[in-house]
Amino acid sequence: MSAPLAPAASGTFEPPDRPLTAKIKPGQGPVSIDDYEKAGGYQAARKALSEMAPAAVTQFVKDANLRGRGGAGFPTGVKWSLVPMGPEAARPKYLVVNADEMEPGTFKDRLLLEGDPHLLIEGVILAAYAIEASISYIFLRGEYTDAERILRRALAEARAKGYLGKGIFGSGFDLELHLHASGGRYICGEETALLNALEGKRATPRAKPPFPQISGLFGKPTIVNNVETLCNLPGILHYGIDWFKGLSRTPNGGTKMFGVSGKVKRPGLWELPMGVTLGEVLLELAGGPKEGLGWRGVIPGGASTDFLLPEHVELQLDFDTVGKAGSRMGTGTMILLDDQTCPVGMVHNLMQFFAQESCGWCTPCREGLPWARDVLGAIEAGQGLAKDLDRLQKQVKFLGPGLTFCALAPGAMSPLGSALKYFRDDFEQHLREKRCPFRH
Amino acid sequence: MPKIWIDNVPYDVRPGQNLLAVGLEQGLNIPYFCWHPALGSAGACRQCAVKQYANPEDTRGRIVMACMTPCGEGNRFSVDDQEAKEFRAGVVELLMANHPHDCPICDEGGECHLQDMTVMTGHAYRDYRFKKRTYENQDLGPLINHEMNRCIQCYRCVRYYRDYAGGEDLQAFASKNHVFFGRHQPGTLENEFSGNLVEVCPTGVFTDKTLKKHYTRRWDLTTAPSVCGHCSVGCNTFPGERYGGLRRIRNRYNGEVNGYFLCDRGRYGYEYANAADRLKQTFRRGADGGHQQTARTAALAEAAAWLADPAKVVAIGSPRASLESNFALRRLAGAGNFCVGLARRERGLLATLLECLQQGSVPTASLRKVGEAEAVVILGEDLQQSAARIALQVRQASRNVPMAIARKAGIPDWNELAVREIVQDEKGPVILVHPAHGKLDDLATQRLFLAPDDIAAFGFALAAALDPAAPAVAGLSAELAAAADAAAATLRGVSKIVVIGGTSLGSEKLLRATAAVAWAAKSAGKDASLALVPAEANSMALAFLGGLALEEALERFESGAAETLLIDQNDLYRRADRKTVDRLFAAAKNVVVLDHSPNETTRRADLLFPVGTVFEGDGTLINYEGRAQRAVQVFVPAGEQTESWRLVRDLGRALGREDFGWDKLDDLLDAIESEVAAFASLDEVAPDASFRIRGLKIPRQSHRASGRTAIKAKENVSEGAVPTDPDSPLSFSMEGYLGAPPPALTPFFWAPGWNSASSITRFQEEIGGPLRGGDPGLRLIEPQEGAAPAYPPAETEGAAHEGAQPGQLLLLPLPHLFGSEELSLRSAGIATLAPSPYLALSPDGAAALGLLDGAAVTVELEGYPPLEVPLKVSADFPAGCAGLPHLLQGASFPTLPAWGKVHAAPAAGEAQ
Repeated sequence: MSAPLAPAASGTFEPPDRPLTAKIKPGQGPVSIDDYEKAGGYQAARKALSEMAPAAVTQFVKDANLRGRGGAGFPTGVKWSLVPMGPEAARPKYLVVNADEMEPGTFKDRLLLEGDPHLLIEGVILAAYAIEASISYIFLRGEYTDAERILRRALAEARAKGYLGKGIFGSGFDLELHLHASGGRYICGEETALLNALEGKRATPRAKPPFPQISGLFGKPTIVNNVETLCNLPGILHYGIDWFKGLSRTPNGGTKMFGVSGKVKRPGLWELPMGVTLGEVLLELAGGPKEGLGWRGVIPGGASTDFLLPEHVELQLDFDTVGKAGSRMGTGTMILLDDQTCPVGMVHNLMQFFAQESCGWCTPCREGLPWARDVLGAIEAGQGLAKDLDRLQKQVKFLGPGLTFCALAPGAMSPLGSALKYFRDDFEQHLREKRCPFRH
Repeated sequence: MPKIWIDNVPYDVRPGQNLLAVGLEQGLNIPYFCWHPALGSAGACRQCAVKQYANPEDTRGRIVMACMTPCGEGNRFSVDDQEAKEFRAGVVELLMANHPHDCPICDEGGECHLQDMTVMTGHAYRDYRFKKRTYENQDLGPLINHEMNRCIQCYRCVRYYRDYAGGEDLQAFASKNHVFFGRHQPGTLENEFSGNLVEVCPTGVFTDKTLKKHYTRRWDLTTAPSVCGHCSVGCNTFPGERYGGLRRIRNRYNGEVNGYFLCDRGRYGYEYANAADRLKQTFRRGADGGHQQTARTAALAEAAAWLADPAKVVAIGSPRASLESNFALRRLAGAGNFCVGLARRERGLLATLLECLQQGSVPTASLRKVGEAEAVVILGEDLQQSAARIALQVRQASRNVPMAIARKAGIPDWNELAVREIVQDEKGPVILVHPAHGKLDDLATQRLFLAPDDIAAFGFALAAALDPAAPAVAGLSAELAAAADAAAATLRGVSKIVVIGGTSLGSEKLLRATAAVAWAAKSAGKDASLALVPAEANSMALAFLGGLALEEALERFESGAAETLLIDQNDLYRRADRKTVDRLFAAAKNVVVLDHSPNETTRRADLLFPVGTVFEGDGTLINYEGRAQRAVQVFVPAGEQTESWRLVRDLGRALGREDFGWDKLDDLLDAIESEVAAFASLDEVAPDASFRIRGLKIPRQSHRASGRTAIKAKENVSEGAVPTDPDSPLSFSMEGYLGAPPPALTPFFWAPGWNSASSITRFQEEIGGPLRGGDPGLRLIEPQEGAAPAYPPAETEGAAHEGAQPGQLLLLPLPHLFGSEELSLRSAGIATLAPSPYLALSPDGAAALGLLDGAAVTVELEGYPPLEVPLKVSADFPAGCAGLPHLLQGASFPTLPAWGKVHAAPAAGEAQ
C-alpha cells in the first residue's frame, strides 16, 4: 500500500472520526478478523441482525442520509427502500458490491479492499439483511489481484466464524458472499452492465426502468452498492446517525475518501470530513503542484467530471456544493492539470480511454467518442481545422445526459466540455500554430 | 384507448404500445434502426429520438427515444421539433461515419433501410475525415453473404438469431466502435431461419447469396404475390424475376400465416426453377427409347388418342400441383379414374387428417394462433424439419406464460431486453413427444421419446385425463400414465392450447390421438386448436378431392382395365417402392407425364409435356390449416410450359370435350366451385381477373423498373408487346395502380420513403396485426360448434411391436428441412446442406449390435436393395425403433415406417 495516510486512530471503542480507515495500518497488511473484532468489528451486524427488523435498518440508513460513494451520490437508504419486501417479493434477492474501480485517477476502494476487508464484509451483511438478500457478490476489478487474495482470505475467515452462511449471528438470516474477479472493462462499473457481466452476458448497460431493485441480477431484485458506501454502514449502525452526520462539515453526512494524482508534491489518499475544501486537499495535504509548476485546473472526481479552476479552492467538497459549481464530486479522487501539461493533450488522453471503453451499444457513444478522440488527436498533431472546435462542441451536446443509453458518454464529455469552456485559448493556439505549444 | 398529442395533433392510440410503434401505425415518418416489429425495442441506436413535453405549458421538453417511451393518456410529443430533428440527423451522421459511401454501387441500395433513414433525416454532407473502420468478412455458408463494413451495430441480427430464432452460432464480438457480428469462426450458419437475417438487417451486412449470383436491382424485379411450395405451411412469398430467371424469394407478410419470417427451405429452395435441365419443350419417346423433342400440337393429338376412353385412363394428380391442376386432371379422366398419386397408406393418412380437422369442435390453428398459445402439445412431429415455420412460432409461444412475470413487474411487452432479463429461462409449457432429438428440445418442459404407437397411446391417455368422456387406454404402463397425468395437470393450468401433430411418422392412430387431445382440451373448457401437418404444399387439396391410391391404379393396369397413365408433377418413385412403381410403368401401355423438372418418373414418359412451376402460372394451394391461398404467376416463361391445368384443358379440347371451355383461371374456378362443395367459395381467395382499381390493373413491376426498351434491343429496336395475363388483374409491366391493392394481389410492399422490408408497417392495420383489407387466404375448415368429440377407440401402448418379426426394427422416417423435399433439393445451396444418409439408433440398440457411432450398418427392407449407411447413435431413441432420414437422394425409402433388419455391414474385404 503506497498511499500515505494520516496516523491511525487508537483502535478503541471510542467513536472514530475516520471510521473507514481507522484500523488500517499502511504497509502492515490487511486488518485480520481478530483485530477487526477487537476494535468492535461485526458488532453492528450482530446487533442489527438480532435486534432490528430489515426495514428498520433501511430506515436507519435513510435517516443517516448516507449517499452513494460510487460517484452519483444517490441516497443509499432510498435506493434500498425500492426493493420489494415481504413474502410476495421475488427471490432470491441479491446484494452486489461494485468493486470494479476503473475510473481514471481513482484508487479509493482499492485501499479499503486491501486494508480492511472485514469492514466491507460487515457492510455487505448489513445491506443484504436490510433488503433480505440471500446471495451477494463482490464484483472486483480484475487487475486488483492483491485485493482478490486478501478478500478470499477474509471471506474464508468470515465463513469459518459463521459470519457468512446459514443463520448468521444466531439469527434466521442466511447469506452467501461470492467473489467475482472481472474480465476488465470500464463499463462494468455501470451497475446494470456489471449485472450483465456477472450473468455471463456482454457488459452492456440495461435500459431503466426497470431498475435493478425490480429486475437486477438474473432478473431478481438486486442492490448494487459501491465499496466505500458499504464500508460506511458498520459505523452508522454502531455509532448512530448523529455521530455520522457530525463527522461532516456540511449536511452531506460522514467522511469521504479523497485522492489526488497528477504532478503534485504528495499524491495520495485521505479519509476526510465531507465538506473539506478543494484547497485543503489539493494544496495542503497533497502539497500543491510540484516545484516550478503552477496549476490551471483540476478534475475533481475521476475522469468523468468537469474541470474546476484555481478560483474554486475554497469550494467545499460534497455532492451538493460541487454540483453548484458546475462539476460533480464524483469519486472524490482528483487529477491536477498543471501549467506545463497541455489541456488538449490531457483531454485527448482521456478521450482515448473513453472511446476504448465504450461498450458499443448505443450510437452516440460508440461512434461519437472515437470521432471526438480523432479530432482532439488531429488538433494535438497540428492537423486541426477551424471547424473542429464546432465539431467538438457539437459532440459535447450530442453525447450529453439523457441522450445516450448510459452515463459513460456524458461523463466523457464533462472534461471535454469544461476544457472547451476554460481552456479555449489553448485549443485555438493549437489550430493557429498548427502544433501543440506544449511540445518542444 | 389513450389519447396522445404528437405535434399538437391528437391521436387515439392502442394501449400498451410504445411511441414509435403508434407513430408508425399513424403513418408518421419516425426513423429507427434497432426497433423491429417482431423484436421489440432495444433503445440502442438512438435514431427515433423525439421530444416529450411534461404538460401543455412545457415548451422546452426533453428528448426521449420513441421506442422506449410508453404512451400514457394526455402525453405530448413532437417529432418535428428542431432539436429532435438535429439529434436524429446527428445519429445518422455518426452511423454514416464508418459506413461505406457507395450506395449507387451497393447491392443493398434501393431497398436499404439505412439509405431510407439517411434520406429521411436529411443527412447529406459528410464531415468525418478520418479513416473508416474495416472488418474481415466471414464465409457464412451457401445462403448468406457477409459484409461487415456496412454494419451500423443495431444488434438486430443477434437479437433475431439468438433470442427470436433460437440460434446459437451468431454473436456480437468485441466492443467499442469495433463490435463484430458473426460466427466464432467462418462456417455455415446453423439455424434453419438464418435467411431472415437478410431482411432483419437494416442494411447490407447480411445479404442473399443466391441473389448475388444473378444480381438485379430490387426495382428491376418483377414480383407477384406467391405461396411457398416447399411444405404444407403455405408461407406467403414474393418471388422476384428478371430476364426469365427467378432471382430470389422475399417474405410476404401475412398476419395469420408467416408474419415477418420464412424458413431457409422456403427462401432458398427456388433455384430449381432456374435449373439448366428444366423441362421446357415437349418430348416423345423415340425408337431408340430416348426422349426426342417433338411438336406440341402433334403430341397433344397423340396423347388425346390415348386418352379418348376415360375408362382406360388413370390420371395421377400431385400434392405439389395446384388445386386447379388436380381438378382439371380429375375432370379429364373422371372422378373414378383420378388417382391422388399416393400409396394407400399415405392417402389414408390424408383422409384421416381431414376427417379429424372437419369433425371436431376445435378450429385449425393458424400460425398466429400457434404464436399466441400458452401451452403447445406436439405429438410425433419434428417441426423444425417438417413444417419449420410452425416451429419458429412454437418458440414464440413458449414465451407467453412467463410474460406474466414481466407484466407483474410493470415491464411493458415491447421492452424486449427487460422482458427477457426478468423472465430469464422461464418457459411456458411445451409438451413434446417424438422419437428423435430435435431443435425444439430446448423449449420442451415435458419431453418423451416414444415409438409412434406409444405416442398415440400417450395422446389418448392425455385426452382421457383431460376429459372423462374420452376412452381410457387399456393396459397403460405406469410410466406413461404418470406422464399423461403430468401433461394434463400442466394443460389444466392454462387456457390457450394448441395441439400439433402430423403425418411424418405415418400413423393414423397418432393423428386421431392428436385430435383427441385437442378435443379433450376443448371439453375441459380450454381455448384449444389443432394443427395436423401433412407432407406437402397441396396435400390438403388431394385430401379434399380424394381419389384412387397408387396400389388401386396398379391393379387397374395389371388387370388390363386401364391402358393410359397420365401423371401431373408427381415422381411416383417418391411414393412407393421401386418394384411397385416399375410394375405400374410396365403395365401401362401409354405414359403421359406433365412436369417442370426431370425426375425418374419423367424418364418413363412416352409423351412428356412441360408445365410451369408455381412461379410460372396461377394456382391455389391449401395449407395445413385448410387455408386456400392463391399463388399469382410471377412471369411468363420462355418455352412451351404452361400451367398444367391449361395443358390438360388443351388435351380435353383435343378430345373434342365441351367441358373444357376454360379460357381463363376464373372459368376453371367457377367449375371447381360448382363441382366440389368444399370449394364453393373459392372465388373469395382473391379478386378475379376482371378486378380493377380506378380502371387500372396492378403492376408487377415497380414504377422505377428500368431498361424495358433496352432489354431486347439487341434483337429488335422496337419495344415488344407486354404479355397479357388472362388469369389475374396484375399486369406484367410498371403501368397500373400505384396505391395499395387488396392484400391477396399485392405484388410488393413499397411506400414513399420506405423502400426496404420496413415498408410493411404502412400496409398493416396495426404493427404485427392483419394487413389492411384482411390477411389473404380463405379458411375452408371451420369447427363444428358444439359438436361432441367423436373420440375413436383408444389405442394401446406397445401395439406396434406386435407385428414385429424377431430381430426386426421399426424403421421410422426422419424428415430433414434440407434434403427431404424434392424441389428445394434441386437448388444448389440447399443441396449442400442436406445430410448424408444415416441410421439413427439408441445407444442400447447400437450396443445390441455391438456397434459404435459411425460404424457402417446394412439396412435391409422389403422392396429395396440393401443399403449401407453409417450408424448415428441417437440418445433416447425408443427401443425397437431406428430412424432413417426421409426421402434423401440416394437413400430413399418412401414406404417408411416399416419393419426392417439392421446389421453390421460386411467389412470392405468381405464384400469383395
